[in-house]
Amino acid sequence: MQATQLLQYLLAGIATGSVYAVVAIGFTVVYNATGIINFAQGEFLMLGGMIAISLAPMMPLPAAIAVAVLATGAAGVLLQIVFLSWLKNPAVLRMIIITIGLSILVREAGLHIWDEKVHALPFFSGDETSSLPVLGARISPQVLWVLFISAVMVIGLTLFFRSTLLGKAMRACASNPTAARLCGIRASTVVTLSFFLAAAMGALAGCAVSPLTQTQYDMGSSLAVKGFTCAVLGGLGSVPAAVAAGLVVGVLETASVSVLPLAYKDVVALGILLLILVLRPQGLFARTSAAPARPGG
Amino acid sequence: MVLVQRGLSALKLEFYMTQLTMSAYYTLVALGLCLLMGYAGQVSMGQGGFFAIGGYSAAVLATTGFASWASLPAAILITGLVALVIGIPVLRLRGHYLAMATLAFGIIVLRVLLGTNVFGGADGLSDIPAFRLFAGLAITGKKALRVQNYYIAWGLVCAGLLTAINLVHSRVGRALRAIHGNEDAAAAMGVDVARFKLATFILSALYAGVGGACLAFFNGGIGPGEAGVMKSVRYVALVAAGGMGSLWGTLAVSTALTFLSLRGAFGVYDDAVFGAILVGIMLCAPQGIFSLLARRDGRGSPR
Amino acid sequence: MSRKKLVLCLGLSAILTASGFAADTGAIRIGAIFAITGPAANLGLPESRTLQMLVDDANAAGGIAGKKIELSMKDSQGNAEKALSFAKQLVEEQEVLAIIGPSTTGESMKLKGYCDENQTILISCAAAESIVNPVARWVFKTPQMDSFAAQMIFTTMKKQGISRIGVVVSNTGFGQGGKAQLEKLAPANGIDLAITEVYESTATDLTGVLTKIKAQNVQAVVNWSVEPAQSLVPKNMKQMGFEVPLFQSHGFGNINYVKMAGKAAEGIVFPAGRLLVADALPAGHPQKQVLSAYKKEYETMFKEDVSTFGGHAYDSFLLLTEAVKRAGSVDRGKVRDAIEGLKGVAGTAGIFNFSPTDHNGLTIDAFEMLTVKNGEFAVYRK
Repeated sequence: MQATQLLQYLLAGIATGSVYAVVAIGFTVVYNATGIINFAQGEFLMLGGMIAISLAPMMPLPAAIAVAVLATGAAGVLLQIVFLSWLKNPAVLRMIIITIGLSILVREAGLHIWDEKVHALPFFSGDETSSLPVLGARISPQVLWVLFISAVMVIGLTLFFRSTLLGKAMRACASNPTAARLCGIRASTVVTLSFFLAAAMGALAGCAVSPLTQTQYDMGSSLAVKGFTCAVLGGLGSVPAAVAAGLVVGVLETASVSVLPLAYKDVVALGILLLILVLRPQGLFARTSAAPARPGG
Repeated sequence: MVLVQRGLSALKLEFYMTQLTMSAYYTLVALGLCLLMGYAGQVSMGQGGFFAIGGYSAAVLATTGFASWASLPAAILITGLVALVIGIPVLRLRGHYLAMATLAFGIIVLRVLLGTNVFGGADGLSDIPAFRLFAGLAITGKKALRVQNYYIAWGLVCAGLLTAINLVHSRVGRALRAIHGNEDAAAAMGVDVARFKLATFILSALYAGVGGACLAFFNGGIGPGEAGVMKSVRYVALVAAGGMGSLWGTLAVSTALTFLSLRGAFGVYDDAVFGAILVGIMLCAPQGIFSLLARRDGRGSPR
Repeated sequence: MSRKKLVLCLGLSAILTASGFAADTGAIRIGAIFAITGPAANLGLPESRTLQMLVDDANAAGGIAGKKIELSMKDSQGNAEKALSFAKQLVEEQEVLAIIGPSTTGESMKLKGYCDENQTILISCAAAESIVNPVARWVFKTPQMDSFAAQMIFTTMKKQGISRIGVVVSNTGFGQGGKAQLEKLAPANGIDLAITEVYESTATDLTGVLTKIKAQNVQAVVNWSVEPAQSLVPKNMKQMGFEVPLFQSHGFGNINYVKMAGKAAEGIVFPAGRLLVADALPAGHPQKQVLSAYKKEYETMFKEDVSTFGGHAYDSFLLLTEAVKRAGSVDRGKVRDAIEGLKGVAGTAGIFNFSPTDHNGLTIDAFEMLTVKNGEFAVYRK
């Protein structure tokens, strides 16, 4: 394989991978705060994209995206408050089923609010034929936007957790809920905030990627599975690990085209998931040898 | 129970029988899943995958000149083997991980079916010949043999139900419920947790495989959609709504909802209905819909 | 347990008695199965709208041969098993005269054997040649053959001096059918298929596979699918700087695909029926009247551009009504025979001439090579 071909795969893989990374981060954030795997995570990307697309003809693009992000964040909060908040220490099985059901409902709502057609946001810069040369390979400028936005989100989130009071409170809740409560940190605030963050970030990623991969009401489920794969690969605990895992999976998946029949591309991510779950459920980067202990898990 | 079915078939609504027959095969899957989820407490989001394996195995064998009578048992065997191979590593997982692993399994089956020409790609296989049993009985969709097939299908469901009931009331059933309650405690009591979980997993896969193979013969064809995520989710919804610990409840709910769905009663909201059921049941009636009717719940149910 | 048994009995009885069965009102019962929602909705939605529009028009004018039409339309969501299930319902329960649809090749192939066996007319709106070859007595189709489409593409390529190409198709029946036709006809046309790849119909990024094709130094790319991937391929190609001509199949015949691809769609060449360029046809053209009338009515009623897919439903209904008039009865056998005898019927896809061995009725002349110019469909002139 020539160097340019390799580079082309790498770039495409990183772009795809950064979307997976954002989904994985969404899973991680919610899981850390609540112990819940929110299967509806993928739908937030769909919602963000769709809302922005509906708003785009009426206002400048950045405004449309901002509104979409906030609206989806609100939707995430709504989901949590209406469906999940009043359950007292539910069984894991029940939670799994509920979030799966929620993801279906959000998807179907998307179908009926918009339609089954494929839509896309306009390119942030240039248009669908723009092509930038990068060390011999060529990519759309939108790819750079996706990478840039994902990087900003990751850095922003890391800073948030490390430096702000609220962020530290979230981390406290994740590592020791009882102690956190004793310190006066309200668990319900943390939970709601985590859903807001996960949903908002998902929405932003959904908007960034929309010009490239187009937005459709059912795009959420496969993203959720792949994002989960990356989250597990990264150990469900740390944001940077989830990002690294996302990039790895993205690149592997894209490069697999050169050796596997194209039809099996999706099997790559799934195969990775099964292997990790079976061989090393705590992920590649975790230090302990047991799966993270969570209430009710 | 069986009397009820016979009474219904006397009504002149012939076509309903075809759809009830199809519902029967889907209900078989739900029963198997009920055993796994309700009694053994293991979640599986991949039953659609086993259904498809059973169906496609039968289809491929039957259309490539394999001895006709052997294709059904062979399909069942293949399903069981896959369940064994998958089950051993996967059942070590719990909770979310198990759910995701079985989901991943189901999707892998779907992708392999879609991507491989032998399986007909996105359009599946068609023109599967009838499956001849004996003395003129055959599993097929031909109009003339409708009544016969109706009994065959529901006969299988009854057999499956009786097997399951016997299992539940036996030592095995008690062991399963112990595992469901608390795996570590059960292990401390001397229950071979891994073996029981695997056995139940394989059994539920077999139920799904039989359903798939028979439906493939009945419909004369099968498509990759059977391995899809939505189908697997539906089975979970049906079991949850019927009451995870209740075989009868699952039977009733599965028959009713599958039949309605086949008749197109839900229109474009078909998937949404099942999603709503999942959420609604889990929020309001985690023991299943019949627990809302009964004042006290007498059957052994999961938490 | 007895309470549950009671509920079960009551429930099932209620379900069974709740739906009555079709009373014989002397009307003509027609069934339709389309992929109104789901991945093939770009096909099924215009088809369902067109058919409903035509049936309403016909009934307003007194029906066919004095009888009203009862249309029973089902949404298969592009799912072949659902389509079969609905077909069984339509045939066995509602005893329809004919079924129009389904929208996709995969679904049609599933229904082919069934309808033939149960002696119900099936007029499919799907493209693959395998639907009518081998011929099944009761199965017809209205879209043009994919084999003709492939031939048109190769003929155009030869004129441009292209001899080495790469092919990407989706993994659906339509895509696979197209691939088979391209592979079959390539040698005779002197075209070398350097590389052929099949992609997932739900793929969201095809840069990887296109990179692989670009490495083969091809002079042109052919994409064969009906999914939104039709818009992805041109975009990805431009973004990676893959500047070779792109040919599409006749599945490109919906302006939505052009809109989705934006500027990347300029210059795409594909075969299609003349519906898309109806305004550009000369006044004396045999199809002009049909095309213009349909286009005007559809666009006024639904406020969206016509697509070739809606046209297939139009043709199906047209042929059925012509056959009923000619047969003078609604007996299935007689109507079936009448369809086979139809000649010179001008539809949206072309001029139909049926026979016992030709259940599609169209020749390669039904196709016109089109291209995209300034975001609109235009006739391709070389």
